[in-house]
Amino acid sequence: METSLEEQFQQKIDQEHKIEPKDWMPDKYRQTLIRQISQHAHSEVVGMLPEGNWITRAPSLRRKAILLAKIQDEAGHGLYLYSAAETLGISRDEMYHQLHSGKAKYSSIFNYPTLTWADMGAIGWLVDGAAIMNQVPLCRTSFGPYARAMVRVCKEESFHQRQGFESLWVLSKGTDEQKRMCQDAIDRWWWPCLMMFGPPDDESTNTIQSMQWKIKRFSNDALRQKFVDMIAEQIKILGMKLPDPDLKWNEEKKHYDYGKINWDEFWQVLKGNGPCNKERLDARRKAWDEGAWVREAASAYAEKKHTNQLNNSNKVYENVH
Amino acid sequence: MITTKDIDNPLIKFVLHLGDNALIMGHRNSEWCGHGPILEQDIALTNIALDQVGQARNFYQYAAELISETNGEQLTEDSLAYLRDSWDFKNCLLAELPNGDWAQTILKQFIVSAYQYHLYQALANNQNEQLAAIASKSLKELNYHLRWSSDWVLRLGDGTTESKKRMEDAIAILWSYTNEWIDFADYEMIILGDSHHSIQQDWKAKIKSVFDEAGLMIPVDGWMQKGGKVGNHTEHLGYILTDMQFLQRAYPNAEW
Repeated sequence: METSLEEQFQQKIDQEHKIEPKDWMPDKYRQTLIRQISQHAHSEVVGMLPEGNWITRAPSLRRKAILLAKIQDEAGHGLYLYSAAETLGISRDEMYHQLHSGKAKYSSIFNYPTLTWADMGAIGWLVDGAAIMNQVPLCRTSFGPYARAMVRVCKEESFHQRQGFESLWVLSKGTDEQKRMCQDAIDRWWWPCLMMFGPPDDESTNTIQSMQWKIKRFSNDALRQKFVDMIAEQIKILGMKLPDPDLKWNEEKKHYDYGKINWDEFWQVLKGNGPCNKERLDARRKAWDEGAWVREAASAYAEKKHTNQLNNSNKVYENVH
Repeated sequence: MITTKDIDNPLIKFVLHLGDNALIMGHRNSEWCGHGPILEQDIALTNIALDQVGQARNFYQYAAELISETNGEQLTEDSLAYLRDSWDFKNCLLAELPNGDWAQTILKQFIVSAYQYHLYQALANNQNEQLAAIASKSLKELNYHLRWSSDWVLRLGDGTTESKKRMEDAIAILWSYTNEWIDFADYEMIILGDSHHSIQQDWKAKIKSVFDEAGLMIPVDGWMQKGGKVGNHTEHLGYILTDMQFLQRAYPNAEW
């Protein structure tokens, strides 16, 4: 009996073979990946902004260098991810256009402000920590270019997470003001970080199909629980507290129980009502618009060089013949 | 609060001058991070900023060592960057000027890279081993900075009508701040000796050749700004320091 393209595709996935750009794939698989990878790339690029705020104010030259290198890594992640998405037949310019028009989303976490230096540590430890939970399973995602990009991304992210933790550790051992700064940052970032895993499983529209296609391998709630379990232990080393009175170890489940997440806040930020949505998008649009003449000049120059080369080789050809 | 204003030792002044140039250039370039016109170029310029902060650290560490040998004062790279006032800084004025548009940023970086490339080449052969070591290490980075910034001067000068106009505007705005790089202070002459002639000539020749290829004109000789090398700065430096030194000033003696 003959199997349909769709069945062959699913068989391939079930056998853990990677799907490559030239392989046949259902249109919806393609669209889902374009949405997810471009959203991920946009998150890396928009994510440069909240940390970029503190480059000029970093408290030591060593911290400044670490922060610059970290943000540069994020730009690099954006590049690999845009390239991975391009293999699915969408251009980087089109993806930027979708970001600037509001059609494409990026992680809502970057719509929160960075108010003190401790936020640099909290972003590394908590935000990158949550991102890693999401991203490690993506190293085995079914689409080859995405999986391979994620291997590199994850290596660098786990380095960032350790650096973030170390930066908070120094604050936690510092002056009273530094300790207060450290706790304040944890208090502000904790709940938005839990929201990074997306809505609860029973409200998540994309989960079932994505699991079947092995784009996703764990549910939102499962990854969130893993993150809570990890951070609830690590925070003890810092001697700080997570801002959740309901957080406690559940011996029966062998997991930490945690309090109710404010999903109304999550949906509001997603809709554009977070504290920095406007600033972040405005900054990206401004960079794009003000860079238009630079990109035009670069292409015009490349075009001229190309034409000159052609003319020169024609001359060589004419001279020879 | 510390001050290096009254230090007389030419070597210390020179090393501080090199550190200050690197730090203030790095500071300005880092302001582009996340806001560049093309993602690849955002990465490139951030990379240059990172190199410059790294060079500043090397020079400051050496300066701190020299100061401690001279008067026993215990300084660090961070106390030199974060606890001095603008009169202590000896960077050239061009470094501290605002970034302006991409054309001004590129022109600034090109002028400075062309200078630092030839300076570090000369210093790599200096009899002071520490200076020679820092210069040799930095020279690898300068190779890239100079190639990157020259390529951009060509792209903009020979790109579109608008990009050419913007480069010409950048030259008009910044030209009077270019000569300070090769208008050597006493402390530079003492350390550089005769090599200062070739640095001047090579710098001028490099600018001329890249400008010629880009179709850009070097302005006729006119008034040239200076003062940075002896601590007389523009109004911009104070704001850079306010920003940069905020945490060290607000929370004195904390470890970060």
